[in-house]
Order: sequence, then structure tokens, then C-alpha cells
Amino acid sequence: MNYNILLGGAAGQGMNTVGGVLEKVITRAGYYIFFHKDYMSRVRGGHNFNQLRFSDTPLYTHQEKIDMIIAFSEETVEKHRKDLTDNGIILCPTDFNVADPRARALPFKEIAKELGNVKVFGTVIVGAVVKMFKLPLEIAEGVLSEYFSGEILKLNREALQRGYGLTEEKFELPVSELKDTITINGNQAVGLGALAAGCTFFSGYPMTPGTGVMNYIASKQKALGIVVEQAEDEIAALNMVLGASFAGARAMTSTSGGGYSLMVEAIGLAGIIETPAVIVNVQRPGPATGLPTRTAQGDLKFVISAAQDEIPRMVISLRSAEEAFYQTARAFNLADKYQIPVTILSDQYLADGGVTMPPYDFSKIKIERYLADAEEIGEAPYRRYKITEDGISPRIIPGTIPGQVFMVDSDEHDEFGHIIESGELRNQMMEKRMKKMDGIRQDVREPWHLGSENPELLLVGWGSVYGAFKEAVERFGREGKEVGALVFGDVWPLPIRKITAYAKKAKRIITVEGNYSGQLAELIQQETCIPMKERFNKYDGRAWSHEEIYRRVQEVL
Amino acid sequence: MMLNTRFEQSKETAWCPGCGNFGIMNALESVLNELELKPHEVVICSGIGQAAKMPQYINANGFNGLHGRALPPATGIKIANKNLKVIINSGEGDTYGEGGNHFIHTIRRNIDIAHFVHNNQIYGLTKGQASPTTDMRFVTEVQAGGVILEPLNPVALAITMGASFVARSFSGDRAHLKEMMKAAITHKGYALVDILQPCISFNKVNTFKFYKERVYHMKEDYDYANKAQAFERSLEWGDRIPIGIFYRTEKPSYMEKIHHLSDGEILADKKPDPMEAEKFMDDFR
Ligand SMILES: Cc1ncc(C[n+]2csc(CCOP(=O)(O)OP(=O)(O)O)c2C)c(N)n1
Ligand SMILES: [Mg+2]
Repeated sequence: MNYNILLGGAAGQGMNTVGGVLEKVITRAGYYIFFHKDYMSRVRGGHNFNQLRFSDTPLYTHQEKIDMIIAFSEETVEKHRKDLTDNGIILCPTDFNVADPRARALPFKEIAKELGNVKVFGTVIVGAVVKMFKLPLEIAEGVLSEYFSGEILKLNREALQRGYGLTEEKFELPVSELKDTITINGNQAVGLGALAAGCTFFSGYPMTPGTGVMNYIASKQKALGIVVEQAEDEIAALNMVLGASFAGARAMTSTSGGGYSLMVEAIGLAGIIETPAVIVNVQRPGPATGLPTRTAQGDLKFVISAAQDEIPRMVISLRSAEEAFYQTARAFNLADKYQIPVTILSDQYLADGGVTMPPYDFSKIKIERYLADAEEIGEAPYRRYKITEDGISPRIIPGTIPGQVFMVDSDEHDEFGHIIESGELRNQMMEKRMKKMDGIRQDVREPWHLGSENPELLLVGWGSVYGAFKEAVERFGREGKEVGALVFGDVWPLPIRKITAYAKKAKRIITVEGNYSGQLAELIQQETCIPMKERFNKYDGRAWSHEEIYRRVQEVL
Repeated sequence: MMLNTRFEQSKETAWCPGCGNFGIMNALESVLNELELKPHEVVICSGIGQAAKMPQYINANGFNGLHGRALPPATGIKIANKNLKVIINSGEGDTYGEGGNHFIHTIRRNIDIAHFVHNNQIYGLTKGQASPTTDMRFVTEVQAGGVILEPLNPVALAITMGASFVARSFSGDRAHLKEMMKAAITHKGYALVDILQPCISFNKVNTFKFYKERVYHMKEDYDYANKAQAFERSLEWGDRIPIGIFYRTEKPSYMEKIHHLSDGEILADKKPDPMEAEKFMDDFR
């Protein structure tokens, strides 16, 4: 059993507050939510909407079908009524001109005026919604006390009661037990993962939708004694991160595609100076400014090769907010282990979408720095780029061993980091660095498998499409269809065991991606020689819904 | 035997014989020794260019990064480990051209870094194009009709941006250069020393002789704290070129403004425990 509430209106009308309060009431009452945000790149006005989907079991994705529309504008009704179920309801103020039999005009504004404060209008709506879903009123009262205090709290409680009195119980919702859960979005999950991993320095430059990571980490600076520096541009951001990392701090930056583009030269620098860095790219559609507040998976090809020439690197895409936490911590360990830049690919859908889940298990996070100590280095002059069998040279931190110094150099260099131009040494260094890819290949994780073990149809995707895949594949399963799916998390180097095995079994393979050409499909072809001809590509700036995947597959089955 | 207890310069460099960079390297080597710093406690940062090869030639730690990007890594290093002495040696093209944005904002940060700009008024490594400080009408292969852009005045810019230490020196005046370097390294906050440096290969105008004839020491009674006076002085360029400290003031450095950084543990020394962050989950309950 799950329900989907859509709140829509112009920016600045208060629907985020109503959504926020409802989200808390619903999760406190023991339900799981999936919160989906669709907003325009402006501070006021326009048409924005939030979707609050909830259920008594965990949710992994949003949904097209809506059970309730809370309209802050007439436009909201016009735009979304086509997705409303027959039994659904539209809640709107009495002064809206809405010709839909499912509409229920209620005196939210009149009540707020009566109570003497138009601002409590949203709380009246909350009351009405709480009643219709039979949610516990005490919990709603408790949530209000976190937002307000004193006289204003009293007023809001009254507004809640009045709203509650406006409606009747309408939707069946199984009673849920209270459980310890968290509701977190992708950006916060990445930030929390970085803090758990011991990130002590962050530098970034604001760019939607990547800014949330910086915001979250910044809020913990004092508590943890760490530093977040807003750089003058993304070039500075990553270069600062590399300086801090060179000097021994675990360091990170986050941005979106435009900022990542500016970082490109420094990504190569991280590669050649073999200095760890974690770089988060929260994708939005491009090119250039693109669609600033929308979602996309268009940067895969770009980030696996960004920088002139070749460097060892790793790219991890995030499939869910739950995974985001653990993968971010893992990214730091891998960056340190191989002394490489690790890119985390997220996207707006994941970044802004809140999901309810069990609390993270912090005891699973291990901080592994892979640093050499004085004994290991000995008394001979330290070779920062010592040629070793696996390509990894013992790494020390400047200032920690008296008498030992070293250079890092963006020029090609010898084992000491000194500039060279010999072809032979160049080959040795290039081979040493690229050798690290062999180790990284051992560490990459195969994609997650969903649905049929012997699929007639195999869906293949990566990153945040996971949730929609899960529901679509489960639906096919219930209908007795042999549909399976693989969802890649690690995308570079590409793990190829599972895709090779399932490709042998599957009669048909379709890739489903959020970009124009099917970038994962091309990458799989490149790495495995398995043809990936059928591709569902979406590049309208919106995330795949499970219904859309289901429909598209139905059409071709 | 302990390694690297004294600073030494390497005998081989990629600089032309007679290059002004040698004077700067000699001065830096002896200043670091006279200040009794230890090589492992010092990081010399640079971008790319002939001047930017400095970290290659002194046995301290070095971060020889990207063209134009000497300042951001230096900033990251200092924040991560406030106990390291962070010094930047880089060209004026690197600093004021490709890296101009970082120059402006590093001044605003007032972070404890001594910044030595080797200003030869030319792009040396790329063989003689105009740099941001090349004088107008200077002819190059690219600027064949002579430079038509007005030169950037780094000293004036730094003063107006609020830099807490702004000086100019000359690579051919060893005693003066050493004095400026020492003052900059021991200054709390960001310290700029723009160092006039002849490029014998590509700048036939601003030669050793050119500078020698023009530079003069600002008087002993000069008021370092007078910003208006400093600005006025910074505009003097031509037959007479003032060298010395133009402006110096005490103000809180970046480190001092972040108390958990100035009073707390060095970031790089922290041994974080993942469980420390577990409580933050309450934000999401
Ligand atoms: C991104 C980038 N653009 C251009 C260059 C080429 N380049 C190297 S050094 C340099 C100019 C150096 O001038 P300056 O900083 O004044 O140093 P000098 O050689 O004069 O000491 C240029 C343009 C580069 N290495 N990287
Ligand atoms: Mg120059």
C-alpha cells in the first residue's frame, strides 16, 4: 500500500514548509517516504512541485500516479490532474477556479485569516491531510513544536486542529509500528559519508545541484574541527583539495558538470602527482549551463576520460541515498589506497530526493590511509615515486619525518619527483601509474542484479535509475515475465564479469539511461565487445519513473 | 646521519646563465638557513614557468603544480598543516595572468603564505610573449605592433585589495631581497614580494642595467601603515622605481579567524573516528 501526494505552486509560496512538516509527520508515524523535488532555476515564482510518496514498506523511487494534489496554484491542477487516480483528491483554496469533480475547495485561507495570521494557512492544510490519511494528530502536534514556539506554536496548533476538522478520513493506511529510521537525501548522505570517513578539508564553489554536499559538511565544521572553504572558482577548489591532501588531510570537493569541466586540468594533476582526492559530480543536463535544477546522466563518458592524456582513476556512480553514504566512505579509502582521484557521480534526482531507511551502520566504516612510516622509509633519500610492482609508491606526509623531503610535480618526473625529459623514464613512470589500474580492477564491484536469474529481457542501467528499475522489474516478475536487470554502481574501470555472464543468458538486452546516446551502452561495447543495440535514452531533464520503464518495455516486448 | 638539515640549491638548473632567477634562489637559500628553518618543515609551491622551477632546485618539500595555480594548493597545504612554512615562488605570468583570480582572492583570505613573484615582465618559458606586466609598446612575436594593453600594477592592486604585506625588490640587490624575504616569511598573513628580475633571453628592454639605474630604496622613515601613501608610491614607475615595503599592517590572518584551526589540532594530524559522526544522524530522524 502506498500513496503519492503532489504539492505544487510557485517558489516562495510555502509548499516546501508544508511538505517538510508532512514528511516528518509521516516518517515519525512509522512510514517510509520517497521525496521527489521538481523545481525551476529561480528564487520566486514559476511552477515547482514536490512529490511525497509514502508506504508501510521501504520505497526506492518516485511515481507518476498521484493520490492527492495539494494545489498552491491553479496551474498545478492543470498540469497534474491527468496523473490523479479516479479516487484521488485535489485540495485547493476556495478562490481557485477548478473544474474537476475530484477537487475539494477548502477555506484554508479564511481560517488562517480568522485566526489572525495568514501565515498559518499551510498548517491548516497539514491538519486536513493528516485527517484524510488517518495519521496520528499528536505526532503532527509534536512536529509543529520543532518548528515553532510560544504564541506562534499555540496558533499553529489551533490551525492544525481547524484543518483536521475540515475533512474526513479517506485513505486506508495500514497502521505502522514506530521504528528508528532516518530520512535523508543524496547530497546529505554523501556529506555524512565524507564526515564518517574523516574528511577534514572541503573546498567547493556553489553549483546546483552539487551545493548540498558543501552545505551539509559546512554545518559540522565547528563540531568536528574541520574546514570548509568556499573557493573563488572550481579550479581553485580542486587545487586546494590537492594541496590539503598532499599535506595529509582527507579532502573533497563537490560540484556539477560545469564545475567539473573547470576542474579537468587538476584531475590530471591529481593523476600525475598521485595525490588522493574525492570529487563529487552531481549531474544536471548540459552542455554549458544546461538545465540547472534538473537531472541527467550525461557526464559518464566525460568523467571517465576528463584530463589530457591518461591517468589511473576510478568512477563510482550512486544508486541510492542509502548506498551514497557507504560509497563515499569507500571512495576515500580507494583514493588513498591507489593515490588517485576518485569521482563520485550523483545526479539531481538523487541529490534532492529524500528517502526513509534504517540508520546507517557507522561501525562498517573503516578509515584506511595507506601511509608509510619513518621505519618503512628508512634513512636513504625518500623516493615519492618509487617504482614498485603494483605501481603504488610508499606515501608519506610532508613535515612528518625530519630530514625527509619530497617534491610533487605536474611535469613528468623521476622517482624523487624531479622534472625529467628522458623517454625511458617517461615510459617507466607512465607504466607505473597505469599499473595501478590492475589493482583497481580487483577492487571494483560488479553491478547489482534484479529480477529474473534467466532473463529473456535484461535491462541494463547505472546510478540512480536503480529505484525505477527495481519497481518495474518487480512488476514484470509479478506478471510472470522473465525480466532481469543489472545496475552498475562502479562504472570505471567497468566491471565486466556479470554483464558478460548475463548477456550470454539473455535473449534481449535494453539499456536505460539518462542521456542522449546511451553512454553506458557504448562503454559496455567498448569494454566487452558485446553489442548493445537497443537503448532507451531520456534527456528531458527528468528522471525515469518505474511506470515509464514498464510502458516502454511493454511496447517492445 | 640526519638528511637534509640545511637548505642547499642544486647545481643544475634549466635557467639561462645570467638569469635573474639565480639571484632569487641564492637569496632564498640563505634566508631559509638564516631563519633556522628545517627543510622538512618548508613547502615551496609554484605553478609553471621558468621561475616556477624553483621548488625543483631547493631541497625543501615542493608542490610544482599547474600553470597559474600556485596559490590554491599552497592555501590547502597551509590549512591542512598550519605548522608548515608555505612559500610560493612563481612567475608574474603565472601569478597575475593565468592565476589572476586566485591572486585576488588569496589576498582576501590573508592566509599565512609568503609569495615571491619573479617579475621579468615577459613569458619566459614560452619564449617571449607579453605578460600582464609587460610595458606598452613592447614588441614581441605575438604583439608584433607592440603591446597595446596597459600593464597591470601588482603592487597597487595588492594594496587596494587589502593585502597585509606588500613589497617590491630586485633580484640584483641581494641584501635588499633577503631583507624583504625575511620580512615576508615572518609576516603573519599573506605577504607579497614582487621581485624585478631581468630575463636575459626575451626581455631586452627591462635589463639588469635598466633596473639597476632606476631602482631606489624607499626611505627608512617611510610609514608602512599609511595605505593612501602606499598607493601613491605604488604608482611611481619610470625613471625611478621604488623598492622596499610599500604597505604592512597587522590584521587577523585566515587561521586566526577560524578558532578551531588556530587553537585546535592540525587537520592533517587528526585521527578521525567514524563513530564521532554517528550522532549527526539525529539531523535526519
Ligand atoms: C594551461 C596552460 N596554459 C599555458 C601553458 C604554457 N605556459 C607555460 S609557462 C607560461 C608563461 C610563463 O610566464 P611566467 O609565469 O611569467 O614565467 P617565466 O617563464 O617568465 O618565469 C605559459 C603560457 C601551460 N603550461 N599551461
Ligand atoms: Mg615571467
